[in-house]
Amino acid sequence: MPHIVIDGTRIETSPDKTIIQAATENGINISHFCWHPELSVSGNCRMCLVEIGLPKRLADGSFDKDSDGKPVIGFFPKLQIACSTQVSEGMHINTKTDKVIKAQESVMEFLLINHPLDCPICDEAGQCKLQEYEYRHSNGQSRFEEEKNHKEKRVKWSNEIFYDGERCISCSRCIRFAREVAKQDVLAFVNRGDKVTIKVSEGKEFNNDYSMNVIDICPVGALTSGDFRFSSRVWDMSFNDSICPGCARGCNIKIGSRANKVLRVEPRNNMFVNKYWMCDYGRLSWYENINECRINEPQIRVNGSYEDCSWDQAVDAAYQGLKKYQPNEIMFIGSAYSSNEDNFLLKKFAKKIIKTNNIDFQKYSKDGFEDNKLKVNDTTPNTNGLTEIGVAPDQNGYKINDIAKKIAVGQLKAVYILDDSLGQFPELLESFAKAEFIIVHASNKSKLTEIANVVFATSTFAECEGTFVNFEKRVQHFKPALISNENISTMGAKMDRLEKFGSHNDRWSLRNIHNSRQSWRIIMQLANKFGAAWTYKSSSNVFDEITDQIQSLSGMSYKLLDEYQGLVLGKAGSPDKKVIAYQSYTMKPN
Amino acid sequence: MNTNKNTEAQRLTFAEKLYLPELAKGMSITFREMFKPKFTRQYPEQRWDPTGSYRGRPVLVLEEGKERCVACGLCSLVCPAMAIEVQAAETENEKERYPEKFEINMLRCIYCGFCEEVCPEEAIVMSKDYELLFSSQKDAIYGKDRLLVPVEQLQDRLDFLKEYK
Ligand code: SF4
Ligand code: SF4
Ligand code: SF4
Ligand code: SF4
Ligand code: FES
Repeated sequence: MPHIVIDGTRIETSPDKTIIQAATENGINISHFCWHPELSVSGNCRMCLVEIGLPKRLADGSFDKDSDGKPVIGFFPKLQIACSTQVSEGMHINTKTDKVIKAQESVMEFLLINHPLDCPICDEAGQCKLQEYEYRHSNGQSRFEEEKNHKEKRVKWSNEIFYDGERCISCSRCIRFAREVAKQDVLAFVNRGDKVTIKVSEGKEFNNDYSMNVIDICPVGALTSGDFRFSSRVWDMSFNDSICPGCARGCNIKIGSRANKVLRVEPRNNMFVNKYWMCDYGRLSWYENINECRINEPQIRVNGSYEDCSWDQAVDAAYQGLKKYQPNEIMFIGSAYSSNEDNFLLKKFAKKIIKTNNIDFQKYSKDGFEDNKLKVNDTTPNTNGLTEIGVAPDQNGYKINDIAKKIAVGQLKAVYILDDSLGQFPELLESFAKAEFIIVHASNKSKLTEIANVVFATSTFAECEGTFVNFEKRVQHFKPALISNENISTMGAKMDRLEKFGSHNDRWSLRNIHNSRQSWRIIMQLANKFGAAWTYKSSSNVFDEITDQIQSLSGMSYKLLDEYQGLVLGKAGSPDKKVIAYQSYTMKPN
Repeated sequence: MNTNKNTEAQRLTFAEKLYLPELAKGMSITFREMFKPKFTRQYPEQRWDPTGSYRGRPVLVLEEGKERCVACGLCSLVCPAMAIEVQAAETENEKERYPEKFEINMLRCIYCGFCEEVCPEEAIVMSKDYELLFSSQKDAIYGKDRLLVPVEQLQDRLDFLKEYK
């Protein structure tokens, strides 16, 4: 194990590391543009120049020592780039000496010569590495008086990616990403010197399933997202951590929102799940459902039409309805889109309060969705969680496939549905329509909410707290990223400034908050109506009970899950080694 | 304990303490002013036309039929009263961004002029308009229709800014 010394801090590292890798892994930041931990080294931006020295040796091969017995360091006369220089025993690295600072200032001056500095119209402003370094490493002066270069702007690499040649600093991160990660090698530099620009191969598009990650890794605003373009300034948005519900991978994400509307989704680093990436499907496809077509209030059906009602009324209607049936005439359907907490209480309610064995859930799978990168065929985030909790019928309980038959012969009369995506199956929908009494937990309007007797307005995962278990059996904790009526007291301070400081007179604030609740809370209220005395105050209370009762989750807690970026089932005692997360920029608010 | 001896009573001279001479002095000013020409304006028949340095309600500059504003949102960020809301969108113009919606809540605005100072495009300036009348809180939220003012009408202010900003 060689040791190296960076600005006087001694760190142990392994010999195959470059200086910047060793530094990043130990939480030391070395300025850079083109280096990215998951891409090959290209060493073209020269921002990472550092002063490097090695211990001097005497003629007999021993180390030269000064009068204090410390090794004498001989520094190289020229600066070296930290991203492609490998460490070696006893290496000394200075990143803050005058020489280095001067070099960094010069690099910045060169980069800014042809940079249009159109930050006011650039989406990257506020989270731009170039802006950040402009503050940190530039002397704020330019000696350039000539006309700036003009290049192509608004070039469409695909429907979702716009390229601005003038803003590009030619770091080649996007080219390397396309080649090495997305495996669609269609980008290349053309021309030379200050005319250099990036072109997509003739007749091609850069429209890979992972292509939009280049927008995140581009250190400047040269690449912008067609989906997001100009929707909001980043400082007006809140970015809260969450988990993608798009498939069973459970990529870690940040939800960027303003005025409680999701505007964009970004990957968040988790080396055990998605590294730095997410797929374009996960980025674009599901967030519309959080913004649009929501069920805002609980509803009950009165004489064929739906009426908004209070929570007490809705719970009472559900209670009166369910009371009429024998336990084995009622079927419960869990949801692989919902958290462990929701499904656990659903199961407890079915088995302990209603005392029925009829409980099951629908599995979803999209053949051909899977690739060898991130996506997997199971398009729900929590199938493994439901299996673990045991959302399944005992010996003589009904399975999900039995429903049509059992309803047709009148053995099944009431259905309690946690999964509002079931509306997409016409046959199921048809048989549900024949049932006498239907309760649905729904966040969005669907065919299912058109036939239900009671519709509980449910929070989407983005407004809930809970856990998912991904296809690799990693339990991951997610917190709310948006406000609902239920979590407003705790979430308010985590939102964007418009949401935080608005009053009812401002048209921009508080327009989009739903009177929805997490499923487990609704189930608790209903169970208490049936005489149970459940007193869960928060999702973590429910999770604590899960960890008590379910062997494979024992020893876990939200705190541990956060600390280790998720824990694998049954391995709460032996978590993966923590890694320091690499972040490309640091200036973004929140 | 307050050891300060410089109290009101100690500072006054004997004549001042007598009060009457002071009263006479005050009255003399009053009578002198009574016969000078009057400042009072017969508003609203007589209106006041402020100079370029006046900070009336902020307006957006309309130039060649287009707003100068590129919807960068800086005014909205800097505004201490959070009066401004900007929603950007894309255009075919050379500057690819424009404000699809630009609203200033005139009840929030405190006429500080920060928005004008921060604007990189000189697109929002303080006008001479000091007559702000609304019949409801909703009415006080000015949209682009009431904010955009042709550049010709704002020449005084723009000249002022050129000289002093
Ligand atoms: S577009 Fe962005 S990532 Fe690609 S070379 Fe230019 S600056 Fe780098
Ligand atoms: S791979 Fe799956 S979890 Fe990851 S972003 Fe795509 S859909 Fe979401
Ligand atoms: S003048 Fe001041 S308070 Fe009024 S809109 Fe501008 S920045 Fe806000
Ligand atoms: S600062 Fe100027 S350009 Fe930017 S949004 Fe405000 S008025 Fe428009
Ligand atoms: S980061 Fe080392 S040269 Fe770009």
